[in-house]
Amino acid sequence: METLGFLAHGFAVAFTPLNIVLALIGCFLGTIIGALPGLGPVNGVAILIPVAFSLQLAPASALILLSCVYYGCMYGGRISSIMLNIPGDEPAMMTCLDGYPMAQKGKAPEALAISAIASFVGAILATIGLVLFAPLLVRFAIHFGPAEYFALYVLAFATIGGITGTNPAKTLLAAALGLALGTVGIDPQSGVPRFTFGVFELFDGFDAIVAIVGLFAISEVLVLLEEGHGGISARAVRVSRAFAQGREIAASAGAMLRGSVIGFVAGVLPGAGASLGSFLAYTMEKRYSDRRGTFGKGDPRGVAAPEAGNNAAAGGALVPMLSLGVPGSGTTAVLLALLISLNITPGPLLFQKEPDVVWGLIASLFFANFVLIAMNLPLVGLFTRMLAIPMWALMPFVVMVSFVGIYSISHSPFDLFMMVLFGVLGYVLRKLAIPVVPVVLGLLLGADMESNFRRALSISGGDYAILFQSGIAIGLYVLTLLFLALAVFLGMRERRPPGAEPEPAHD
Amino acid sequence: MFRRLGRVAAVAALILPLAAFSPQNPECIAPANPGGGWDFTCRTVGKLLTDTGLVSGQVQVTNMTGAVGAVAYANVASKRSDDPDLVVATSTVGITQIAQGKYPAGVDAMRWLAMLGADVGVVLVQKDSKFNSLQDLLAALKADPGSVVAAGSSGVGGWDHLRLLMLLEKAGMATDQLKSVKWVEFSGGGDAVTQLMGGHIGVVSTDIGEIGGFIQSGDVKVLGVMSGDRLEAFPDAPTAKEQGVDFEGYNWRGFYMGGKVSDEAYDGWLAIMQKLYESKEWQETAKSKGLTPIWRGGKDFEAFVRQSEENMRKVSKAIGVIK
Repeated sequence: METLGFLAHGFAVAFTPLNIVLALIGCFLGTIIGALPGLGPVNGVAILIPVAFSLQLAPASALILLSCVYYGCMYGGRISSIMLNIPGDEPAMMTCLDGYPMAQKGKAPEALAISAIASFVGAILATIGLVLFAPLLVRFAIHFGPAEYFALYVLAFATIGGITGTNPAKTLLAAALGLALGTVGIDPQSGVPRFTFGVFELFDGFDAIVAIVGLFAISEVLVLLEEGHGGISARAVRVSRAFAQGREIAASAGAMLRGSVIGFVAGVLPGAGASLGSFLAYTMEKRYSDRRGTFGKGDPRGVAAPEAGNNAAAGGALVPMLSLGVPGSGTTAVLLALLISLNITPGPLLFQKEPDVVWGLIASLFFANFVLIAMNLPLVGLFTRMLAIPMWALMPFVVMVSFVGIYSISHSPFDLFMMVLFGVLGYVLRKLAIPVVPVVLGLLLGADMESNFRRALSISGGDYAILFQSGIAIGLYVLTLLFLALAVFLGMRERRPPGAEPEPAHD
Repeated sequence: MFRRLGRVAAVAALILPLAAFSPQNPECIAPANPGGGWDFTCRTVGKLLTDTGLVSGQVQVTNMTGAVGAVAYANVASKRSDDPDLVVATSTVGITQIAQGKYPAGVDAMRWLAMLGADVGVVLVQKDSKFNSLQDLLAALKADPGSVVAAGSSGVGGWDHLRLLMLLEKAGMATDQLKSVKWVEFSGGGDAVTQLMGGHIGVVSTDIGEIGGFIQSGDVKVLGVMSGDRLEAFPDAPTAKEQGVDFEGYNWRGFYMGGKVSDEAYDGWLAIMQKLYESKEWQETAKSKGLTPIWRGGKDFEAFVRQSEENMRKVSKAIGVIK
């Protein structure tokens, strides 16, 4: 009950008029920043840090503003995924897979509403988890060494073949392409540049957000250019009633809960993060409940699971950040820098030394999520109206925002060239009906998988046995085998005649 | 009253010589993403320069990320080498990169301005480790260099790695044994300490600032701090020097300017930075961030940079990072 006392104190800190106004502003800005392609939570938080400083906000107020932006981005990222098939940020990518098909079927309002509710469920459950179990979770997280992280990534990549369903070979090809692209840059272990050809801009490898904007947004424009005005009619979709039906929400409840748990665990592990969380939430849900092959074609559960997953991961990532000072994601890395520049050193003593900051932050997370759900549900109607804008008018705007967004991250024209190159790559892949999502997953997760593999081998001096020595790692491999066996089993039982299923035009 | 007048006069005396040079649009390039150490250097120093009135107006901070600072180095060398308004944040890490030939030009391409403070290296083990002193660790490593896995926030040949090896060498380990010490890179000092607590690795070498909380909470044990004297914030942590190993492993924070800036601009900025270093504000800020205020400026600093570069190159060669 001590915890409740702390929490009550936190609410007392958070509920000053100034903080409430800051929370509202943060939620709104975050939603917008998250929805814009190329701008994600990392930029949102990074852009607002100087603002927080120049307003001379108290530490608790600054944190409230920025964590509201953080969560707002997690909510906002899904909007462009669903409406445009362009993820607003990395973790929102999985929401494209079923969100966009739902929108194409005229179910955009349902998709937006369900994803908003899923975001809320994921975030609230994660915040409760943070309150109740933070010390326990930390003890769990430190058991994850390089070998265990590697096993976790094996699990992730083993399920990658199933994500787009239509042609596993093409999915694997796309993932392999992503893995190959992920090897470019300075090797963090040895400091040796790989495949950089002496170009300094390539030393840091390909930025996942540059790849996403190129592969999704720019290639979409190229396809549109080619199709000319024929592309417009495809968007004249019927829009159903302005809100999700209770039945559909109820049907997704299980997916939301499962997605939340998976996402939260991925968030708590500093070596995993929100992208892995939403990815695993989607693939697990698909394996678990895709009995009729509806995933990838607009299944509400395929929207609910990854959205719950990425928001729960955002909450989970605060556990290692606050109690270990170890960021579990790019955004928490920026928040960590903010804490340090506010003279607060995160770490094992933070909860004792700065109760105002920690509990004020936690209270503001609860508050932010109520504000966000209250803000996002009525906005469904507004966002749906985006569908009425013809593609030829909307896409130039998207391209402009993409360029500005990417340039604002690095101030490097080189990244803009890379973005265009990725756009051309995306165009070619689409023409070959190769899905682009696994390319980004390979790029995002491949580097971490490799790092952990090599760290494990550096520790053991090259002995592969280290990979199979801990219970956690073995458990993860067993789980991987079970999922693969399940996939084979389901594939044999429900094998559809080849070619019966048309390849989707947009993946 | 008189004391206040005296202070005004002192401030005036400090500011007047500056009238000779004052940057018009002061800018600080942080060669890393927002949130990193270089970004922190630019933003903190920039803000203090404005707050204390040492420069007029805001110091614009530009993040120019890439290749551990090489992108910014190349950019300044080729496009802005005579820009009198520009300073660039750097640290020991930048010099390590230069020593290993990873920047497009050597130390001569820039004018090294000053260092204002330093984070201090520390060697940590698990709280219940059998090692209680640097000598214990050294004895184990001498017997079998592969017996303890070391880790930190840099890759092989990075500063966390190099300074551990330089410390071991100073403590009496044979140079040809150095490359047999196992080294694992993690993305940050906090990550490495977490891995240490989980028992995945045996010893951590990294900056004390980022991981000070773990020392205060007793989750890890300090074998040695790589500074001349014990640190104010960690009075119980013994230095390497006390244990007979005379080695200092700082990660200093400082600035360089383009190689073709005028003496007027260089001396002007040098005076500004020195005033900042002497200010109460900097001394307090530095300490609160876990930095030890240390000043080296102008010629003194240039010589120091050259000397460090040479030492690092030697160790890098010994462990085969460069030829």
